[in-house]
Amino acid sequence: MTTQMTKQPSKYQLVCGLEIHAELKTKSKMFCGCQNDPFGAQQPNIYTCPVCLGMPGGLPVANKQAIERTIMLGLALNCRISLFSKFDRKHYFYPDLPKGYQISQYDQPFCYNGWVETSQGRVAITRVHLEEDTGKLLHKTIEGKKVSLVDFNRGGVPLVEIVTEPDIKSAEQAKELAQTLRQMIRYLNIGDCNMEQGGMRLEANVSLSADGQLPDYKTEVKNINSFRFLEQAINFEEVRQAKLLDQGQAPVQETRGFDAVKGETFSQRTKETTADYRYFPEPDIPPLRFTPIQAEHLQASLPELPNQVLARWQKEFGLDPQLIHRLVISISQTQLLDKVWQKAQEKQVALNKLAVWIINHQKIITPQITADQVMAGFLNQTQTEQVDETKLTQVINQVLADHPAEVKRYLAGEKKLLGFFIGQVKTLVVSGADIAQVSQAISRTLNN
Amino acid sequence: MMVFLWYQELLIEMNHKNLNSLTLVQALKALADKQISLDEIYESVNSAIKESQKLNIYLTLNPQARVQAKKAYQAHLPLAGLPIAVKDNYCTKNLKTTAASLVLDNFIPQFDATVIYRLKKAGGVVLGKTNMDAWAHGSSTETSDWGPTLNPRNPKYLPGGSSGGTTAAVAANTCIAGLGTETAGSIRQPSAWCGVVGLKPTYGRVSRSGIVAMASSTDSPGPITKTVEDAALMLQQMAGHDEADSTTNPQAVPNFGQDLKKGVKGLKIGLLYSDVPELKKVMSLIEPELKTFERLGAHLEPAQALDPHYAIGVYTIVQRAEVSSNLARYTGIRYGQDRSHLGDEARRRIMLGTFTLSKGYADRYYTTAQKVRSLYRRDFAKLFSKYDLLISLSNPGFAKKVGATKGEAMFGELEDMLLEPSSIVGLPGINVPCYRDDKTNLYLGLNIMAPMWREDLILRSGWAFEQATDWNQWAKAK
Amino acid sequence: MATLADIPLRPQEEERLAKEFADTLAVIDNLRQLDVSQIEPTHQVTGLENVTREDVVNKARMFTQEEALANARQTHDGFFVVPRIIDRDES
Repeated sequence: MTTQMTKQPSKYQLVCGLEIHAELKTKSKMFCGCQNDPFGAQQPNIYTCPVCLGMPGGLPVANKQAIERTIMLGLALNCRISLFSKFDRKHYFYPDLPKGYQISQYDQPFCYNGWVETSQGRVAITRVHLEEDTGKLLHKTIEGKKVSLVDFNRGGVPLVEIVTEPDIKSAEQAKELAQTLRQMIRYLNIGDCNMEQGGMRLEANVSLSADGQLPDYKTEVKNINSFRFLEQAINFEEVRQAKLLDQGQAPVQETRGFDAVKGETFSQRTKETTADYRYFPEPDIPPLRFTPIQAEHLQASLPELPNQVLARWQKEFGLDPQLIHRLVISISQTQLLDKVWQKAQEKQVALNKLAVWIINHQKIITPQITADQVMAGFLNQTQTEQVDETKLTQVINQVLADHPAEVKRYLAGEKKLLGFFIGQVKTLVVSGADIAQVSQAISRTLNN
Repeated sequence: MMVFLWYQELLIEMNHKNLNSLTLVQALKALADKQISLDEIYESVNSAIKESQKLNIYLTLNPQARVQAKKAYQAHLPLAGLPIAVKDNYCTKNLKTTAASLVLDNFIPQFDATVIYRLKKAGGVVLGKTNMDAWAHGSSTETSDWGPTLNPRNPKYLPGGSSGGTTAAVAANTCIAGLGTETAGSIRQPSAWCGVVGLKPTYGRVSRSGIVAMASSTDSPGPITKTVEDAALMLQQMAGHDEADSTTNPQAVPNFGQDLKKGVKGLKIGLLYSDVPELKKVMSLIEPELKTFERLGAHLEPAQALDPHYAIGVYTIVQRAEVSSNLARYTGIRYGQDRSHLGDEARRRIMLGTFTLSKGYADRYYTTAQKVRSLYRRDFAKLFSKYDLLISLSNPGFAKKVGATKGEAMFGELEDMLLEPSSIVGLPGINVPCYRDDKTNLYLGLNIMAPMWREDLILRSGWAFEQATDWNQWAKAK
Repeated sequence: MATLADIPLRPQEEERLAKEFADTLAVIDNLRQLDVSQIEPTHQVTGLENVTREDVVNKARMFTQEEALANARQTHDGFFVVPRIIDRDES
């Protein structure tokens, strides 16, 4: 089991920012025409070419779709869009980096100055930029030799990096923010964010402040591959750093890994602490410029975002926010459900009940299904839950006989008691009984 | 009728033995007229290669050359299967490509550079891969890991570089035409030293895809040929937008042959760097040659330009920075040998580039250099508002003796000083032979420059100069 | 600098490189004579902007696994092989 340190109320305030990498869903890689499907590849090194293998003379050509999707994400995170931006080379040596540099963005990212709302307050987004992913390393022992195996199917896949300000005040908030970002990327249908496969990777910059000021150090916890681990890692760091501070020691600025088995972070003494990436503008890719009008168009072409859908569905259809939260998972599903709600309203079906049914039958939501088919499916299945009329009449008669005082009050004009009768009848029949059917039957009986 | 006569005479003179001396235009015509066969050309070229073996021109010969040539000829392709010498930094499918470095001593590309692909499609044949300064780092071909190439004009001397193998191949008539690359002088300087024509196109006119990168923001592949007309023909096949190179010009390529023979009458030409103290002696040698332009009806006058000495600094810094980055991929994991095989010149360039990009120094060196680069852009814009063309010497003097580069960290940069200002701003330029020293048999070259994308003007004036003077042996041969 | 550039120095090389470094810096330091405080840097000379490609797979340019590995020093089951860089085995 994990040897988690217990967390006490602290005299220090957590100061935390996140750096989140997510692979973009595109047909081809970021700077070449190789297939972008590293997780679907049946063999290593089958999606490569001179460009993504870093062969002599291989030149990058930027994928327009990946740029547009990055900007879409930036706008969805309330960012401003750079009217002028460019790619830069970031240099370091590692066997999974074929060119000895990664094409990234240094001082002019596509998107900057945004924010995301969480239940514990707003977190500012510093920047959203686009870069290329590295290859994948596997560490093995082959014929007694310790080796690393390299697969470049993933090398050059478009990767967005979202960097937040150190506005996060708790581990739970960090987790919520990361989940919100994943929801947004999935909603926009620009990335799968499969955590186990590394489609989304989390890093937390953690430090503690005793006086509310920004501390002069931070530890970077890298390569976290689940939301739970993110929360654990931050909690662990909070306790570890508080202990050091209590003893009058300053935590060192360093990169730490996270051991999921022990639930602990550990120091990674790598060359990277002395890294000097020697950024300079990528000479092989001309810069990118947008006019203010193009930026406005991009803004206008943004789909309705999850929080906007939430507000509208609450207002227009009276749907429960908890249910909406579970249903707003993609643009296409939102568009489908909009039609479903309208049809349901026309047929006077209880929308929240329909919503629960859809959540329980999420599997039927395929790209091909129509609103009519969803409705039909719902009505079909709920019909089987309709109660036999004779039995219903028996139960109603019994309930009315058991509550003579309420019947009197109802007949005297206290119509809201109908709800009370419905509740009584439902407990005796089936909890899933059709409310419309029950309520109609009760009113009929009472009014006779 | 006249044309037919000179042509007949030429063929008789060549006696079917010196067909290797044919220019591209002559060879195409002779093949089209069935005066000679492709086999005869190849035999002639092959014996020239054998005779010049001690010059160390070719690193690899293409064993498939004649088979490929036959196919191209039978398919009636524009270049008719003629043999082209290719600098060893162009990736050639299934043919070893080393960039003259031990790091790539076993590298066989699985792909063709775009220019090679286009050349093959047009019926050109890669005859062999020519020696060069390792990684194109140098102006001597002396930094090759396979030893220097010797100058065919006088083997005691260097051919210049970095495309020294190809310029020597052309000068020694071991091919019909050749391919080089230039970053700042690497086509024009060795062309000047070997007495051949070398065209550095506008940066972005010819695709860099598949060519071992040296300094990405200035690398320009270009033809090295016997005459200006040949250069126009070769450029036509090489140039144009490439989807695999984002920095290539998307506009249509003009027909470079169209106005080639229009002359220079009425053009305003500015003479650059005639007052640089180091050049006094050689300038006096070529002064009579410069009068040619006036004789042909152009207006020539000395022009005031920004001191070329600053361009050395700009070029050195930018190029070293880009080199340190471009050579980072050579780790020996996916191909080639590990980094311990990098030669001295590459090592010192990588070190300096790493330094000029590092924390605390990037502003002082790298960014400053890019700003001075803007000053040169501005300066050339001003010059071209006044002049149609600019001319200068291609380099400060005659070829240097073998061994001249030892211990000279800045040999090439000083050698290429006159070409660096226009190179760092991307301008096109051509070297045409403009003087020969009787005693040493060594040449001087004239550099003609035009605004971006105006190779047509360069070719036109180069052709006019070549026709009006006696320095080009092949143009004179008719 | 040698570590950053991943160039292991040879014996006596440090001294020689230092001298050549000094020679080179002496030549390029002349840039400081120019006032460029008001000048924007030039990184590219073509004036091109917004050069991108459509998101399509280009099968013609892609290597087979065999081609990708053709020049590698060491391979194993379709992977490139390098000496171990992290001291933990993975299953």
